Amino acid sequence: MVEFKINGKKVQAEKGETILDVAKREGYEIPTLCYHEKLGSDGRCRLCIVEIQRGNRRRFVASCLYPVENDIDVYTDSEDVLLIRKTVLELLLARCPNSDTIKNLAIQYGVFDVRYTKDNDKGKCILCGLCVRTCESIVGVSALCMSGKGPEKKVTTPFDDPSEVCIGCGACAVVCPTGHIYIEDKGGYRTIWRKKFELARCPKCNRFHAPIEQLEFISKKTGVDIEELLICQDCK
Amino acid sequence: MNITLEQLDSISSRYIDVMSKYSKIIRVCCGTGCVSSGALKVYENLKRALMDKGLIDKVLVKKTGCHGLCERGPIVVLGDEEILYQSVGKRNIDDDITALLNTITENQIVDRLLYQGEDKGKKYISPKDIPFYAGQKRVVLSLNGIIDPEDIEEYISKGGYRALYKALLMEPEEIINWIEKSGLRGRGGGGFPTGTKWRSCRSAPGDVKYVVANGAEGDPGAFMDKSLMEGNPHSIIEGMIIGGYAIGSNQGFIYVRDEYFLAVNRLIKAIESARSYGLLGKNIFDSGFDFDIKIFRGGDAFVCGESTALMSCIEGKSGESRAKYIHTVEKGLWEKPTNLNNIETWACVPHIINKGWNWFATIGTPNSRGTKVFSLVGKVKNTGLIEVPMGITLREIIYDLGGGIRGDKKFKAVQTGGPSGGCIPEAYLEMPVDFDSLTKLGSMMGSGGMIVMDERNCMVDVARYFLKFLVEESCGKCTPCREGVRRMLEIVNRICNGEGKKGDIQHLEELARAVSLGSLCGLGQSAPNPVLSTIKYFRDEYILHIEEKKCPAGVCKALTEFKILPDKCTGCMRCAMECPVKCIKGAKKEVHVIDSDFCIKCGTCYDVCRFDAVMIE
Repeated sequence: MVEFKINGKKVQAEKGETILDVAKREGYEIPTLCYHEKLGSDGRCRLCIVEIQRGNRRRFVASCLYPVENDIDVYTDSEDVLLIRKTVLELLLARCPNSDTIKNLAIQYGVFDVRYTKDNDKGKCILCGLCVRTCESIVGVSALCMSGKGPEKKVTTPFDDPSEVCIGCGACAVVCPTGHIYIEDKGGYRTIWRKKFELARCPKCNRFHAPIEQLEFISKKTGVDIEELLICQDCK
Repeated sequence: MNITLEQLDSISSRYIDVMSKYSKIIRVCCGTGCVSSGALKVYENLKRALMDKGLIDKVLVKKTGCHGLCERGPIVVLGDEEILYQSVGKRNIDDDITALLNTITENQIVDRLLYQGEDKGKKYISPKDIPFYAGQKRVVLSLNGIIDPEDIEEYISKGGYRALYKALLMEPEEIINWIEKSGLRGRGGGGFPTGTKWRSCRSAPGDVKYVVANGAEGDPGAFMDKSLMEGNPHSIIEGMIIGGYAIGSNQGFIYVRDEYFLAVNRLIKAIESARSYGLLGKNIFDSGFDFDIKIFRGGDAFVCGESTALMSCIEGKSGESRAKYIHTVEKGLWEKPTNLNNIETWACVPHIINKGWNWFATIGTPNSRGTKVFSLVGKVKNTGLIEVPMGITLREIIYDLGGGIRGDKKFKAVQTGGPSGGCIPEAYLEMPVDFDSLTKLGSMMGSGGMIVMDERNCMVDVARYFLKFLVEESCGKCTPCREGVRRMLEIVNRICNGEGKKGDIQHLEELARAVSLGSLCGLGQSAPNPVLSTIKYFRDEYILHIEEKKCPAGVCKALTEFKILPDKCTGCMRCAMECPVKCIKGAKKEVHVIDSDFCIKCGTCYDVCRFDAVMIE
């Protein structure tokens, strides 16, 4: 058992928990973008930064990653924490001025205006990496990656080519917090990440419901017969 | 067969025997600087000339690592620091080879090849007397420029691998005690106590541990580690084996930038020879200790000098940093305890073991022991590689070793610590150079880059330069660094283009604070330093740019006009001749005029005028 304080209040936690886990449980509000309860975090967005103090030493840490420690004082809304939070939101809003998710979050934390030239080439992608991690650890195909560095960094398929391993499942689009990833289902085909997938038609309701490649992947993984998977969820 | 101490000694005496057959040894610096000014040609031509004269059995010509005085390359040293010739072959290679032969055969000293200060004063014969060398204390560089880096036997003949033998007879704990008591701190920038790091890694649970040498050196203008890897690779290897033994690791990695092809090749060669002599591999010196080293060639990314990004690369992932809330000494490479030190730090280790921790601790200042290698570049007369005791003042480095400012212009600032460091103004030239003093000034030691700037450097432009570098070199993982630094650049660009607004300085300071507190790794956390330190010491210059739209250094083109003062112009025509776009008109002995419609504001006229007749408006 670990004991420490959040905003002056004594709290208890299990060893190995993160500050964010405990703060959330205790009802403190810490915004996050790149954190997902099934995927954890790797500290990209920096929105969840809190200040921790031990003795005279002050540090600013990503609460989504920092393991709880005895006798630390955590502050979730100190002056500098708010500065970092507002700055991160203003920077993300300048990058993705068309993202409602970012716009709403920014307003919630008092950022109404952007003092920088707004980008028009980054879409709504904030590079949180959730899509990449989902594809790798939940779907298990690793069709996506980050490429480039600095401001040129982007999420893409290797060499920007249609991915050989992508099954068109769309999990990346589901997990994306800003709606940057675009799926088009049209005329029996799905297009995602520059790759076109033939959609399976449910033999019962005649509706297109999932890419054949995805169903084949699931069949191979689970051993469930493909014929069975061709029936859509609604008709099962 | 395992090597023994006796075998080391017999290699030494055999080597010394062979060397004693030569009446003279000539060392041609083949560091990158000298090679680019033609050292290889000097080496080849001199060898051929000696062959023609039938002297090749009596005189040995050797390629060595960097001698340091890169400004005056190619450097050739005759005998045991007897004569230093500079700029050999630069004017006329055949003449200079003949001159070298004369010196070899007739002991005739050739005046024109001797080093002379820029003040055209005294000429120096022995490198020991040249202020650039006399002011140095060479420990890790002691064999740079002396030995052939590709010859392990020469390293052994100079006492090489004796520290390893000694260390393997010591208890690992005792070695760590020595390193701790020596006061050695990490030479890569942070200055973390090396002994403490080793101890943490040794006591971290786990059977498999790794040691890593960081040779990712990526600061603009820095070539300390490069010169060490090229000039004395065995000292790094020896240090790593000792470290591996002390920490309890059997596998080392050297991460080196692939662009450093000479360093890569020399390291590969050195590792191969160390293996073939039984100094790497199983049961070294019959101690029961096994150790080997792999080289990892890194791509050209500055961020990979950051330990976690570097380890990510070795693991085959992209070079992104990760949070160090659990330290790499506990969970580093492949989640195993990993001890990473900079190249120079590793190279200090054999010296500490050989000469004792108390010897090392006598050099330097109480909190910064030992020496530090710097690459001294910029507007200084003697650019090059220097090693100085910690605690030496900035003034001593720049004026005594560096010979002062080129063209005797006015000193303005010195940038230390690379892109993560800051600019230190003239008022602090008497500050001792050590880890803590530089940090106190808002800069840092960094890995040892030192860029000297004069009155023609605009400090806003300097901040812009480093920001631009950092924008491109940020790994892009975390928001404050990826987005924040480029927005700082956006503001500074605006200021340099004459579009600065009131409040920009405060905005920069606020953004800098958020970036430095909020970024994930050291790169982002220190990225605002060049901006913050220039604002701190040269705030007036920012204000002039913003409020009066003026760049006093004449660098920011949108804010600069060059004018010729009629009462000072003598009509010497020099500016008109040097002007690259020929926009200066005027006949001989008549006042010249710059046609501002065509002027590209390069400032050449200002720099070449001997009568101060060109002014910056």
